[in-house]
Parts: sequence; structure tokens; C-alpha cells
Amino acid sequence: MIPELAHFALILALGLAALMAAVPLVGVANDNILWMRASRSLAVGFFVFIALAFACLAYSFLIDDFSVKYVAQNSNTLLPDRYKFSAVWGGHEGSLLLWILILATWTLLVATFSRNLPLDMLARVLSVMGMIAVGFLLFMLLTSNPFDRLLPNVPTEGSDLNPLLQDFGLIIHPPMLYMGYVGFSVAFAFAIAALMSGRLDSAWARWSRPWTNTAWAFLTVGIGLGSWWAYYELGWGGWWFWDPVENASLMPWLVGTALIHSLAATEKRGVFKSWTILLAIIAFSLSLLGTFLVRSGVLTSVHAFANDPERGVFILGFLLFVVGGSLTLYALRAPVVKSVVKFNWLSRESFLLANNVLLMIVMATVLLGTLYPLFADALGWGKISVGPPYFNFFFVPLMGLLCVLIAVAPMVNWKRSKAQDLMKQLWLPLGLAISTAVIFPWLYHEDYKWTAGVAVLISVWLIAGNKMDLWYRLRHAKTPLQGLLKLTPSYYGMLLAHIGMGLCALAACLATIYSDQRDLRMEPGKSVDIGGYRFELREISRLAGPNYMADEGLIDVYKNGELEAQLRPQKRRYKSGGNIMTEAAIDPGLFRDLYVALGEPLNNGAWSVRVHFKPFVRLIWLGVIMMALGGILAVSDKRYRKRKTAEQKASVALGDTNATV
Amino acid sequence: MHPLRKQRLFMVLFIVIFASIAVGLLSFALRENINLFYPPSKIVSGEAPIDKRIRAGGCVLPGSVNRSGDSLDLDFLVTDGRSEVMVRYSGILPDLFAEGEAVVVNGKLDGDGVFQATEVLAKHDETYTPPEVASIMESTTDEQGVEHQKTCEGLDYDS
Repeated sequence: MIPELAHFALILALGLAALMAAVPLVGVANDNILWMRASRSLAVGFFVFIALAFACLAYSFLIDDFSVKYVAQNSNTLLPDRYKFSAVWGGHEGSLLLWILILATWTLLVATFSRNLPLDMLARVLSVMGMIAVGFLLFMLLTSNPFDRLLPNVPTEGSDLNPLLQDFGLIIHPPMLYMGYVGFSVAFAFAIAALMSGRLDSAWARWSRPWTNTAWAFLTVGIGLGSWWAYYELGWGGWWFWDPVENASLMPWLVGTALIHSLAATEKRGVFKSWTILLAIIAFSLSLLGTFLVRSGVLTSVHAFANDPERGVFILGFLLFVVGGSLTLYALRAPVVKSVVKFNWLSRESFLLANNVLLMIVMATVLLGTLYPLFADALGWGKISVGPPYFNFFFVPLMGLLCVLIAVAPMVNWKRSKAQDLMKQLWLPLGLAISTAVIFPWLYHEDYKWTAGVAVLISVWLIAGNKMDLWYRLRHAKTPLQGLLKLTPSYYGMLLAHIGMGLCALAACLATIYSDQRDLRMEPGKSVDIGGYRFELREISRLAGPNYMADEGLIDVYKNGELEAQLRPQKRRYKSGGNIMTEAAIDPGLFRDLYVALGEPLNNGAWSVRVHFKPFVRLIWLGVIMMALGGILAVSDKRYRKRKTAEQKASVALGDTNATV
Repeated sequence: MHPLRKQRLFMVLFIVIFASIAVGLLSFALRENINLFYPPSKIVSGEAPIDKRIRAGGCVLPGSVNRSGDSLDLDFLVTDGRSEVMVRYSGILPDLFAEGEAVVVNGKLDGDGVFQATEVLAKHDETYTPPEVASIMESTTDEQGVEHQKTCEGLDYDS
């Protein structure tokens, strides 16, 4: 009964979404305030029914209702409750429901927190979100309904969740990532609404910015979590593989990063207006493309579920509709919002432009590398794959260049700057960067690695440059504290995000350069020296978990003869399905991780063991967290609320005059 | 020239130059880093290049996995139902590597027709078969005219 109720709720939600797509637009066309206002209640209704459906599916999982096909495929009575809950989005159908739930949440948030948005704008934005919802609900109801039943032969036991997904990382990684992906639908809806209305000014950018920043912050966290999960759960010790699915999440991030910067220029200076719109369209299209790539099964990846091509065709059709439709609208309307503003080449505008150009080039190379195998296959050039060297070849130098620019950009004024003024601020960070680049790799490792030198040079330059900018801004304040208080949250957000970026780049390079890893054969009692640590395998024993059996190794790690850590990596065999899983053991530290994973049993009680010494790897995710916090901090800026209320009064007054006219 | 036009000209020039460099680099990098996939029968028939990074795949022939006693070296045979290729690898195999299951390997073919793998990829859950392997299994069944599944389970290893 419960699944049917949920199925019915989904159909009702589809009806509400269709109304939300149509009614407000008709209201705008006829200047009917009542119809425009309906968008808000429709958004609430849409959310309620999707949430109901989602709750029903979660309930079916928790009570082990294996008559529901999706539950039978992805759960098991032995599964701990928290994984039963996260199993809701462990498969294709449920993750789609999560996608829609998050879309409904964003829609609800827009409807609730945009009280000061002009009504016609809100109506248009919600209408666009309604259209997206209709597309996805149709997709779900037509091709992948999570509430299909297995009647009358109800299985007594489910076939279990993929053990890779039975993990804390999976509980939070997809929701965070989807918050980001789907969050760009808000930026997209604002962009389309701007194109429809022809209203594209700094007020528009100011409405759009907090939403875009929030979505970007979530996406940043989501990607970081995915990388962290891959690091400790896959048992390979890597944190980024240039897997197509990782690329699928990285591309919207790159465009989203370009978008939040271009929005800044649009808000402050009224430049790059149509470019900003285009970025918003691309960011969301890439989110859809990511969904398509991941869910259609065309790629070999941990994320690709074995499924039928019909679904891929539907998403591809939807993708073409969204991209084609919005680009057509863009082509028709963009000339209306053309901006003519002058700026010097040494100005913040040109730095933001360079940022955008670089990010788009990086995105294009990633896109090409990701889609090339698909095109080649479709065109009959054979089955190929594009390896990580291709991606690194572009990504590393271009992002390096971007990092170099990040140090300077915040110091440069809008419109124009004097080179001498900049030099005054820049010589100190430059000197610091060069000296650290010379000293650090020399002290850290016996042989000087020039790649590490370059990485340190650029990252220290970036971080010191941003600190210098902060110091420079305090120079006129009576006391430093007073100066610090005067600076806005959005400035601190930018500072934090930029420093996070520098830290992330530095850590990624150093972790890659100085990692020491070995796969070797170990018997109990044997030891190996890696990265200045001695790893000794003491014993391998058997133990039983709630739904698995495991072989557990006990490895003592010594540094300079003293016990530093005890690691217990496991090899698990899950009872249902007999899946085998590696659980790596990690001793985390701010500056180094010790990482051990069991391979397989060999003869004479020996095991193959993977031992890693990974310096600085934690700092990658610390940098990611700083970037995301920076994004959130910028959203908390008062300016987004205060000025809006003033504007609202103005627009209300305007609306009244319009009404009387 | 009008300053605005001049600025635009610079911008366009900048983008054009940058884009052309990018395109040149792209084609270069792609050419260097593409790994073509070859099924075992094409490798045996000599269609695969020697000493160039390629991908191969198929099903691990049951009983063919052979480990060395004192290191992580091992070799096994990969088949697509028509031909078999010997794969040599040193290192840790993925969790779901098993005899009679689908596998994809990255590496180079040496002069003796042995595939020296640097990476071994297995499927990541029981129901999934890598698309490359699924496609060669399909073509195999077409020629034999026998109804098989697209996975390794349907493969007739005696043929």
C-alpha cells in the first residue's frame, strides 16, 4: 500500500510541476498577479509530494519490504539501518528520486527566501524549475520507477547493497554532490528568466549570486567527499583517477567557478552580462550531461549501473531539449542585454576574464577527453580510452597559470590599476615564494625535485599574495582589528576560498611528487621500509562483521624504532552475493598518511600487501573545505539582504505604478 | 582606432591565438594518450601494434591463473571465445578479479605476443560487465550462431 501511495504522490507531483511550469508564465504574459503568486504554493505542494514519496521509499527500505523491486535489489535484512537508509540512493531509481527531492528542495528555498524578488521574476524562475522537474519526473515515471513491485513472488531476502557503497562516505557524498549539480538549476532558471524578461542588471546578478555560490560550495564539498571516499574505500590509495564520472562532476565545477567570478563582474561593473548567462546555461547543461554519463551506463565506472539504453536515450533527448532550447533563447535574446563598458587591460575585469577563459579551456579539454571515447565508438574508430596523462598535460599547467593570476587579481582595481602600485604589493610575496621554493624541497627530501619547487613557488605566491592584499587593505585602519572588522564577509569568503585553492594545489602536487608506494608480498613477521617508516606485518586473523567475514591484518608501524601506529586493514567477504571488498587501514595525519591495504592471500600464509606513505594528502581536502566555507561565507554578506529590501520597495512602488497605468 | 574597438580587437586576437594553441596541443596530447581496445582474436591475428600502450580484455580462462611462489608476478590467459592471449602482471589484482570473469587490462604487447599489463581492471559488481568485453562477447556469439549471454558465464571455453 505504501509504495502505491508513493507512486501516486509522484504522479501528483508531476501534475503540480506541470502547473508550476505553465501557470506563472501565463500569469506573467497576462499580468495576472494571482497566477504569478500561484507559483509559490505550487512549489510548496511539489516539494511536499516528492518528500512524501521519498519518505515512503526510505520506509520500505527500513522495514525490508522486498516486494518493492528496487528495495529487493539494493538491500538486505542483515544491512545495518543507516545503510538501509543510504541504500535509498544506492541505485539508479533511488538516486534519481534523490535528484528530484533536491530539485524540490531548491525550488522550495527559492520560493521561501526570495520574498524580495519582483513577483514576475520569481514566477519566471519557478516556472523554469517546474519545467526541469517535469522532465525528470517523466523520466522517472516512464523509465525508472523505484516503486515497481515484485508480485506475487515476493523474495524473502534482498540481494544486498554493493559493499563499496556500504560506507559513511556514500551516505553524504551523493546528497552533497546533487545539491551542487541541482543547485546550478537555480542559476540556470535565473538566467533563463533574465533572458525572457530582458532584465539583466546588477540587481539580477545580486539575486543570482547567493544561489550560485551556495550551489558551488555544495558541489565543491561533494567532489571533495567523492575523492576522499575513493581514497579510503577503493583501496588503491589514489585520490583522483580522471575517471569519466569524476570528470562529469569536475566540469560543472569548473564552469561554476567561472560563473561565480563572472557574476561578480556583472554585479559590480555590469560587464560580461551575456557571457554570464551563457555560463549559467553551460554549467547546468554539464550537470545534466554528468547525470546522463553516469546513469546511462555508457561508461565503465564504479558509478555506472548495469541498465538499459532506453534511459540514456531519454536523458540525451532531455539534454538536447534543454541545451538547444536555452541556447536558442540565448541567441534570440542575448543581443538585448549587450553591455558596453570600458576597462583597461590591467584591471580586475581583465583578470576575471582571464580566469573565465582559462577555466573554460580547462573544461573543454576535460570534456573532449571524457567524450572522445564515446564519439570514437559511435563513429566506428574502435574502442579507445583516454589516459590520465592527457588530462594532466592540460590541467596541471593551466591551473598553475590560474593560481599565478589568483595572487594578483584581488589587488587589482576595477576599471584600471597602476603597475607601480601593484609592484609595491607584489615584491614581498614574490620574494617569499622564491625563497620557499628554493628551501623547502631541499630540506624536505634528499634530492631536490624541481617540480616540487615549482608547486611551492606558485602556491606560496598565491597564498602570500592574498595575505598581502589583506594587509594592504588594513593599512589605513587605526588599529588592525578595526580594519579587520570593516572588511565584508564576501571579502573574507574570497580570501578563504583563494587560500584554500592554493593549499589544495600545493597539497595535490606534493602528495603526488613525494608519495612512496609499494605492492609487495608479506608473510607475518616480515617488514618493509617506506618513507622513513618501518611497516611490520604481525599477523593475519579471521573475524566476523554484521554481514560479512573478514581477514584482518595487524601491522605495526615504527618510526626511528618507536611504535607510531597500528594498522588493521581488512579483506571482507560479504555474506549475500559473496562480494569481496578491501578495507584499507589509514593512520591519518595533517602532514602525512600511512596507508595499508590487503591484496590477496598467496601461498604459505603470505599476503600481497599495498603499503603507501602519502605526505600532505589530508591538506587537499582541507583546501577543499576552505574553498566551500569561503563560498558560504560570501553568501552571508549583508549586502544580499539589505540592498534587496531597498530594491524591493522600489520595485513594489514600480509595480504599483505599472498597475495603475 | 576607436579605443573600444581596439580593446575588442585585442580581446579577439587573444582568444584566437590562445584557442589555436589549445587546439594544436589538444590534438597532440590526444594522439599520444589514446589507448585502443583490442580483443584477443585481433591480437593473435597480429592486428594489434607491438610495444605501444593498448587495452585488451575478455574473460579470464578458468585454470589459467598462474602465480609465482615468491613475488607478486602472475600470468593468466584472456579469451574472447576464439583466441587466447597470455597476460603478465606484477602487483595486486582488483577484488573482483576471478577466473571465468570479465577483465580489462592496460599495457603493452611484447614481441612474443605476451601482453605485459601495467593495470588490471575487473568489473565492480556481479551484474556489471565492462562495455568493451560485452561487445566482443556479442560479436563472438554472432559468428558461432549460438545464443549466449553477453557475459563470460555463457562462454564455451572448450571451443
